[in-house]
Amino acid sequence: MSTQKDIEEPSYLDYKGKYRGIFSWILSTDHKRIALLYLFSILAFFATGATLGLLMKFELIAPGKTIMTAQTYNAFFTLHGIIMIFAVVIPGLPAVFGNFLLPIMIGAKDVAFPRLNLLSWYFYVMGVSLVLISQFTGQGPPDTGWTFYAPYSFRTTGNMLPAVFGAFVLGFSSILTGLNFLVTIHRMRAPGMKWLKMPLFPWTLYATGWIQLLATPIIGITLLMIIAEKTLHIGFFDPALGGDPILYQHLFWTYSHPAVYIMILPAMGAISEIISTFSHKTLFGYNFMVASSLAIAFVGYFVWGHHMFTSGMSSTALYAFSLLTFLVAIPSAIKVFNWIATMHKGSIDLQTPFYWAMGFIFVFMIGGFSGLILGSLATNIHLHNTHFVLAHFHFIVFGGTGFAFFGAMHYWYPKMTGKMYDSRWANIGLFLFLTGFIVLYGTMFYLGYKGMPRRYYDYDEIFHTGNIISTMGSWVLYSGLGIIIINLFASLKSGAKAPSNPWGGKTLEWSVPSPPPVENFKEIPVVTKGPYSYK
Amino acid sequence: MKTIENEKNHIIPYKTFLFVLAGLIVLTLTSVTLTRISLGTLTVTIALIIAAIKSTFVLRIFMHLKFENKMFSIALIGVVLLLCAVITITLLDYLNR
Ligand code: HEM
Ligand SMILES: [Cu+2]
Repeated sequence: MSTQKDIEEPSYLDYKGKYRGIFSWILSTDHKRIALLYLFSILAFFATGATLGLLMKFELIAPGKTIMTAQTYNAFFTLHGIIMIFAVVIPGLPAVFGNFLLPIMIGAKDVAFPRLNLLSWYFYVMGVSLVLISQFTGQGPPDTGWTFYAPYSFRTTGNMLPAVFGAFVLGFSSILTGLNFLVTIHRMRAPGMKWLKMPLFPWTLYATGWIQLLATPIIGITLLMIIAEKTLHIGFFDPALGGDPILYQHLFWTYSHPAVYIMILPAMGAISEIISTFSHKTLFGYNFMVASSLAIAFVGYFVWGHHMFTSGMSSTALYAFSLLTFLVAIPSAIKVFNWIATMHKGSIDLQTPFYWAMGFIFVFMIGGFSGLILGSLATNIHLHNTHFVLAHFHFIVFGGTGFAFFGAMHYWYPKMTGKMYDSRWANIGLFLFLTGFIVLYGTMFYLGYKGMPRRYYDYDEIFHTGNIISTMGSWVLYSGLGIIIINLFASLKSGAKAPSNPWGGKTLEWSVPSPPPVENFKEIPVVTKGPYSYK
Repeated sequence: MKTIENEKNHIIPYKTFLFVLAGLIVLTLTSVTLTRISLGTLTVTIALIIAAIKSTFVLRIFMHLKFENKMFSIALIGVVLLLCAVITITLLDYLNR
């Protein structure tokens, strides 16, 4: 739909602003450039975390010491967890695709507070830097796991404080992004874009924004309490000082469970866009999709205790948390049914992003069902802190959020870069990735069920075969990942020029040129139709 | 919809501010005094109630919530209710151990 006039506008990539070179990026307040800043930093940290993962899997290929000591292994899973959770999957979809697309999808020129947006990127970089500094200073890296559980976090000689403070600063970045998106959605929708005319991706960002704004401060204050306890010896959590270690778990999970919905909601939003576009059909049950996003965000606040079933909580609390946990599965299931119904009788176009969406549904379902197994009290006692939990959350976080991230990458790549990628290589990469993924993490369900605990560098001989298979899976997964990333980078140079609407999407971002001009729209569009108006 | 530009500026007389300040100080002294009397679990409840009254004053008068768009009050009340729910659920554990 790009008219001659649109083409004359310089794209955000060509635009000559006030600054040159690298400064035109790190001082830019353009939401699209900030999105790319996030994209490249997140990819760098993801590569770091993934390398740690690869090494840990290598250690586990045989019992006993293989390539690293127990202490190193502990430090590795701690850093791996902190990076992957706080620096990759929490900001992943909102900060990259949310930043790039939210304003365009609701017909705005930018987010409500562009400078605050840039500031949150700086907080993000500072937070990760602090975490990295903790590795090389003081008396050795932290070894508590990403959960920093008391009282061990007070006993370890590992360098806790910078890591905890880093997570605190990362929290600020998340809060600012959430606030920015909430205000943008409330105040900057194009004329005619009523709430119920908004596409699903912005809707899920809206639900996520509330979680970021209201749950993140809890972890902030908790991390500050650890710092106060460590430096000023105020007894909050350490029993030796009169504190209560279970209080720490309550506070930690009061944030960290809602945080898993920060990870998954925008992923569900992106998947909804992809499925509607490639089925060429209106999203089935749009209103229910919106309502279930809000319901997930809301109920997600009240289920944190399912991480603490073996902690010695009161049994009243155990029953309540188990019940609430089962409730939260309902809105997630509604979404899956609606995605399937959207495809029903659609004219499906089998392109790479659609394959990613199918992969998403597959692994997300397995992850979700295993969540229910963990959510029932009796089975949880057996499975808690085993490889089963590891499998559950990798299926849902790496499988769910990770698949949605790559799906979104392949869906919006033409829009963001103005280039098409080579879909044959993209599909080969996806195939290897999915195969490796299932071998790597699927085996862990079995290992965990048989009783192999998590967070140990060693294991009993009876788990050997399973671990060999799982480690080999990791190699397949990484080769797939390599192909995917190399293909996307190579296509930046060699890819064909992307038209403004390569997939036949109906949402607003497909009505502007690829890549979009600096101000997105020549004229702010007036919205008259719903977001997925096919036929 | 009211926009930021056409909202009226409310000028609150100094006297009101001073009254509120005095009230806040009295309430602070009350909660400090109460910690000296042993009331069991009620101690925390009362301290929280007093703190809630104080923050209501600060929010409504000093932070002008009283004169703002209703939306803000609704959002605030929603958040407070959420916080209450979270605390109640946590107490399911603490009061039944
Ligand atoms: C159907 C919905 C879900 C249910 C019923 C569920 C249930 C559970 C339960 C009961 C545990 C605790 C297991 C234990 O430690 O004994 C757990 C752990 C975990 N879940 Fe889920 N979950 C669900 C969805 C999700 C989602 C959507 C995510 C993230 C996107 C997620 C991420 C995690 C993580 C990261 C952990 C492990 C945390 C740790 O101990 O390090 N879960 N889940
Ligand atoms: Cu949880």
